[in-house]
Amino acid sequence: MNIHEHQAKALFEKFGVAVPKGIAVQKASDFESAVGQLDAKGGLMVKSQIHAGGRGKGVFTDGFKGGVKFAPTREKALEHAKAMLGNTLVTAQTGPEGRKVQTIYFTEAANLGKRPDGRDDEYYLAILLDRATSRPVIVASTEGGVEIEKVAHDTPERIFKVHVDPAAGLQAYQARQVAFALGFTGELHKQCVALVSKLYAFFWEKDCSMVEVNPLLVTAEGRLLALDAKVSFDDNALFRHPDVVALRDLNEEDAKEIEASKFGLSYIALDGNIACLVNGAGLAMSTMDIIQHFGGSPANFLDVGGGASKEQVAAAFKIILGDPNVKGILVNIFGGIMDCNVIATGIVEAVKETGLKLPLVVRLEGNNVEAGKATLAASGLTIVSGDSMADAARKIVGLVTK
Amino acid sequence: MSILVKEGTRVLVQGITGDFGARHARLSIDYGSQVVAGVTPGKGGQVFEHGGKKVPIFNTVADAARQTGATVSAIFVPPPFAADAILECVDADLDLAVAITEGIPVRDMVRAKRAMQGRRTRLIGPNCPGLVTPGRGDKSHGGCRIGIAPGYIHRRGNVGVVSRSGTLTYEAVWQLTCRGKGQSTCVGIGGDPVNGTSHLDVIKLFNDDPETEAIIMIGEIGGNAEVEAARWIKQHCKKPVAGFIAGATAPAGRRMGHAGAVIGGAEDTAAAKIKIFKECGISVAETPSDMADALLRVWKG
Repeated sequence: MNIHEHQAKALFEKFGVAVPKGIAVQKASDFESAVGQLDAKGGLMVKSQIHAGGRGKGVFTDGFKGGVKFAPTREKALEHAKAMLGNTLVTAQTGPEGRKVQTIYFTEAANLGKRPDGRDDEYYLAILLDRATSRPVIVASTEGGVEIEKVAHDTPERIFKVHVDPAAGLQAYQARQVAFALGFTGELHKQCVALVSKLYAFFWEKDCSMVEVNPLLVTAEGRLLALDAKVSFDDNALFRHPDVVALRDLNEEDAKEIEASKFGLSYIALDGNIACLVNGAGLAMSTMDIIQHFGGSPANFLDVGGGASKEQVAAAFKIILGDPNVKGILVNIFGGIMDCNVIATGIVEAVKETGLKLPLVVRLEGNNVEAGKATLAASGLTIVSGDSMADAARKIVGLVTK
Repeated sequence: MSILVKEGTRVLVQGITGDFGARHARLSIDYGSQVVAGVTPGKGGQVFEHGGKKVPIFNTVADAARQTGATVSAIFVPPPFAADAILECVDADLDLAVAITEGIPVRDMVRAKRAMQGRRTRLIGPNCPGLVTPGRGDKSHGGCRIGIAPGYIHRRGNVGVVSRSGTLTYEAVWQLTCRGKGQSTCVGIGGDPVNGTSHLDVIKLFNDDPETEAIIMIGEIGGNAEVEAARWIKQHCKKPVAGFIAGATAPAGRRMGHAGAVIGGAEDTAAAKIKIFKECGISVAETPSDMADALLRVWKG
C-alpha cells in the first residue's frame, strides 16, 4: 500500500525525522488559511499529491507545467495551487491518462545549502528489503535529487549499502557508516546518525516495504531535512497497523482493482484488448505472455485464485467486461483440485447473465475436465474450446484480429 | 530416490483442524501419503478421521514428532501465526517445514529466516504449493504429497521440477505426464520475496539425486534467484535443464499476485533472465505450452 508524501512526512515527524513545515489541503477555500500559517520569507513549495513519481517534471492535461512548484510569495503559491487542484497531472509514472490532483501540500521552501562546486547539497537515503540476503538494506548516496537508478548504473561506487541483521537490529556503528559514507562531519554527522536510526525504527515498526528520502537535504543553516518522502507498506502486515490502513486513498487506486479485491480476485488493468481469466498468479502472468507471443495484446492480469467459485467467475466476467477496450476473452483454468465443471457452470451462467457478444475461448484442464467441457458444449453458447494454452491463445488472437 | 521427501515420509499437518488444512490433509491421505499427526494448540488429544484412518492431534510440534516419528510438517496456519509455526518446527528439529500459507508479513519471514540459520530444519515456501514425490501406483498413488498440488497429474519418473508458481508447476507436470515422462520430485518454492529454499538449493539437490535425470526450472520476473541458479548450472550441473520465465508482458513496478514478481533491477526482467538462461545452456521454453517439449529437445528420456 502506498501513501501520499504529506502522510509520509507526518509519520516521519512522529518518529523524529525532520521535514520542512507543511500543510495539506483538499479544498481551494482552505488555501489562504494554510499559506497564512506558513513562513513565506524564503518562499513556499506547492506540491501536487498523487501516488506517482516524476511530479516536478509532469505536465497537466490543460497544459500547465509542473506538479511541484516554487512560489516566491504567498500570492504566487495560491495561484499555482488553484491551477493544480482538480487538474489531471501526467508524469512518466502515471501513464498517459494521468492522475487527478485532489490534495495540495504547501511547505516552507528550504534554504538549500551549496557544495563547493556550486551544486545543491542533496543526498539520497532509502531502506528496503534486499531479496538476495533476506535482510533490510539501507541505501545511501551523495547523489541526491536525481534518479537513483541512473546513479547506480553510471557511478555504482557512489551507492553505499548497509545490511541490517534482523536478530540484532540496526547498530549505532552502521548508522555511523552511513554518515561517514555521505561525508558528514561534526554536527551534521550527529544529525545523520540520529536520522538514520529513526528512519530505520519507522521502517521496521510500521512494516514498510520501502522508505525513500530523495532528496535528503542540508540547508544553508546546517540542518538535515527530508525534502521528499516516499513510503510503501507491506500489504500482508496491514492487519496489525489500523493507523496505516486509515491512510489509504481509494482515489489513487483503480476502481476495478478495488472491486476485484472484494471478491478475492487479483486484477490489474493493462492496455491491450484480450481479457484473460486464469487461476494462479504464475499461470495468469504466462497467459498474458502467450497472448503476446501469438501477436495479441493482453487487457489485464486476473487471478481468480486456487479455489475459484462460481460467484468469483461471475464477478470476474463483470470486471473484465467493464473495460471498453476488451474485444475478446481467454479463460485458462488448470483445475488441479477444483472441479472444472464448477468453473464451466460459472462461465455459462456469467455469459448468459452478461449477454456476452465478444469471442470467448476457454481452455480447461484438470479435475473433472470432461464434464466441464460437456457443460460448455451443451450450453448452446458460442464458446470456442482450446486444447492447450498455445491452442487457446492462437484461437483468441485469431478471433480478435479477424 | 527422490529429493526432500519419499514414499513413506511421515508427515504432520499444522492447522489440520482448519478448513484449508483439513481439506488437503484428506487429499494427501487419499493419495496414500503418510499423514501421521496433526497439530492444533489446545486440541491435543483429539483425533482427525478420514477414510478409516485416525490421525492423532497434538498441542505442540515437538510432541507430535516425538510420538509419531513425523519428520516433515505441512503448515496451513493463518498468516499472523505462520512464522511462529515455522519456528516451532525448527525448535522440534524437523527435517523439513513446508509453509503453504499465503500472506505472511515480510518482516515475520525476515526474522524467521534469520532464526533458522545454523539449524537443521529446511523451509520450503511460504506461499507455495508444496512438493510431491510421485508414487508407483495408479495415477502416482502412494507418493508423498505435502501441500496443495493435485496428486493424480503426476507420474513416477526421472524429471525434477522446481518452480515458484503452483499452477504453472501443474502445467509443466501435466505436459510431462501426457508425454509419458514421469517426475522424481516436484517442488514449489513459493512466490514470496523471502523464502526458505531457492531455485539453486533445489537444483543442487536434483543434481546430486541419482533418480533425477533432467530438470525443468520455472521462474518469474523479479529478484535474481533464477539467474543465480542458471550461472551455477552452467558451471556445475551434470544434467540437461529446460527453463521458462513468466512475466514478459508484466508492467514494471506492479505486483502480479506473487509479492516477488515485481520488476526492479537490471537482471530481473523476463528478457534479461531468458538471455542468461540461454547463455548458461538452458533449453528455454518459448511459451508455457512448450515446457516439456523444451526439455525433450535436450533430453531423450
